[in-house]
Amino acid sequence: MDCTRKLLNGDEAIAYAARNAGLNLGIGYPGTPSTEILETFSSLGGYAQWAPNEKVAAEVAIGAALAGGKAIVTMKHVGMNVAADPFFTAAYTGVKGSLVICAADDPGMASSQNEQDSRRYAVAAGLPMLEPADSQQCYDYLLLAVELSNKFGTPVILRLTTRVCHSKTIVKVGPFNEPKTPSYTKDAKSHVMVPAFARLAHVRLRKRLKDLEEWNCQNGPCTFLGPEGAKSGVIATGISAMHAAEALPEARIMQPGMTYPLPLAKIKEFVNAHEGNLVVEEGDPIVVETLLANGLKVRGKKEAFRFGELNVARVKKLAADDITPDPAPAPGKPPQLCPGCPHRLTFQALHDLGCTVCGDIGCYTLGVLPPYEAMDTCVCMGASISAALGMREVLPAEQAKRIVSVIGDSTFMHSGLTGLVDMVYNRPPHGHVVILLDNSTTAMTGLQEHPGTGRRLDHTETVRVDPAAVARAIGVRVEEVDPLAMKDTLKDFIQEQLDKEDVCMIIMKRSCLLALKHLKDREKAQAEEKKN
Amino acid sequence: MKNINIVFAGLGGQGVLRASDITAEAAFLTGFDVKKAEVHGMSQRGGSVSSDVRFGEGIKSPMIPAGTADYLVLLDASQKEPNALYCSESTVIIDPGVIKIETLPNPKGLNVALLGYLSKMLSMISEENWQKALENNFPEKLRESNTIAFNIGREANNN
Repeated sequence: MDCTRKLLNGDEAIAYAARNAGLNLGIGYPGTPSTEILETFSSLGGYAQWAPNEKVAAEVAIGAALAGGKAIVTMKHVGMNVAADPFFTAAYTGVKGSLVICAADDPGMASSQNEQDSRRYAVAAGLPMLEPADSQQCYDYLLLAVELSNKFGTPVILRLTTRVCHSKTIVKVGPFNEPKTPSYTKDAKSHVMVPAFARLAHVRLRKRLKDLEEWNCQNGPCTFLGPEGAKSGVIATGISAMHAAEALPEARIMQPGMTYPLPLAKIKEFVNAHEGNLVVEEGDPIVVETLLANGLKVRGKKEAFRFGELNVARVKKLAADDITPDPAPAPGKPPQLCPGCPHRLTFQALHDLGCTVCGDIGCYTLGVLPPYEAMDTCVCMGASISAALGMREVLPAEQAKRIVSVIGDSTFMHSGLTGLVDMVYNRPPHGHVVILLDNSTTAMTGLQEHPGTGRRLDHTETVRVDPAAVARAIGVRVEEVDPLAMKDTLKDFIQEQLDKEDVCMIIMKRSCLLALKHLKDREKAQAEEKKN
Repeated sequence: MKNINIVFAGLGGQGVLRASDITAEAAFLTGFDVKKAEVHGMSQRGGSVSSDVRFGEGIKSPMIPAGTADYLVLLDASQKEPNALYCSESTVIIDPGVIKIETLPNPKGLNVALLGYLSKMLSMISEENWQKALENNFPEKLRESNTIAFNIGREANNN
């Protein structure tokens, strides 16, 4: 095959592979560290979309794959929770084309609210999973996942981590292939999950996993690092294999590329031929527990290594069962709301009012930090609205009346709408006020479009979903203001809305300065293109 | 040649990641094995940003282990302390003060000027490959000012 060498990060490598595989569709919701997969796929000429949230993205991708197309769906780990509902049943329906779920975990929480280990989803849903260790494996495993998905008729999880997504390594990339248009074949017995059909599908699913395990033992991807003939053995997954190869240069390292279902017979062979047999994996002790449960004599890590990322130094300590605390670097400068960020005005007002603020996921979560310290809760996408309703339900009136929800425009489209419905349907005794910080972009993840910007992933224009119109239709009183124009009166204005004790959404409309700059740059480039 | 470890550190918006991208690409063009690590996400919000570049032969982990940086390139002097962990006695620390900022066509070119300074110490990468890497990482209209910044950095390093 005609190959070019490139220096790519894991996300970019997946995008290149997606173009090589001739995927019909890439869809997802932005989330660090997965965002660049679809952005790169689109810039390389692939057809990519941002969905309002991960559940919708997963369902669209499932539809494409049931129709016989090839699709990838991308998200960060917490997005897997949102998308879990369709995945669990898509494991039953199977797929006709190909479906690859790129799930990007964030051990160490560089930019996340938890460090959940998404590998549990593979086990729970019964979906095969591949775990690349570098960009070349990202490329190779995406191609393999597309192939396996079609061959075994199942969605396949490509499980990534922050370091794999955002580290650049050398990749051999092949040429691009244009997608083929599939043709639909009706197969209701496989695709309609009523109990009678689903019972059969579950049996098929378990059989398929057995077949996959056998395939994995025979033909599955497996990388060996370190000196051949070494006595001491290490079984490592994903990026941990790279750390282990450097930290334990005397050991022979086996990195199974498909970590669910594990190639048990193959690992057993390796374990029998080596001593020590340390299992090195980031996050939860999933591989080690599976191996121990199957009677393999392997050694896992101490609980201390369940937290945070691994690195070369930590793998050395892990191998030595050394749980002395890691040297803490001197604290750097924490992130903060940008100078001139319109959110600052709202948080100053909420601070001055002494409101109880239920916050949400985005740049504006930084409102929790000094000088504002104007945030009381932040759980998950959309919880600003629903959690605030719960607080209003149980707290005494004088406390309940101080509660506001603060949510961003992209997060509102993602998971705010249903909360808004609940606010009207189960209206709290003293009403509620939602503040929509509308900066016309998904700022936190690097300025992506969403249904409220009126532009698609590739920034071309489409119909704008107007949050004010949606809220009014649901039965919410809407106030649209420019926080910059209000400035000194913003505090009094918010208090007035709280005093009305109805259900209200204040839209603080003011573009993110960074997004405006990008928009102007794009317009300028377009104008120049037209001239030429 | 022993493998080279370079840590770039600064604050969000200073071009730390761009500097590490250019260095990684220059090493790649030279034919070395290269790995580069960084953490995105909160970096646009003015916080501390750092990025690791490792090149040579058979690079394994993309992250530089504590105490093994050969160079620490600081885009902001305040970031020396948070990255002290990566340094040993033999680490060469390049302080932003080595560049007279007023001599640059654009103060934003500090990252590239520091690369010019660094490049004099990395004789295994040719100036041509640095120039190619610079060209590949900037749009055409910014190329001239960055070439000037790079050369100012090279001249600032007389060692």
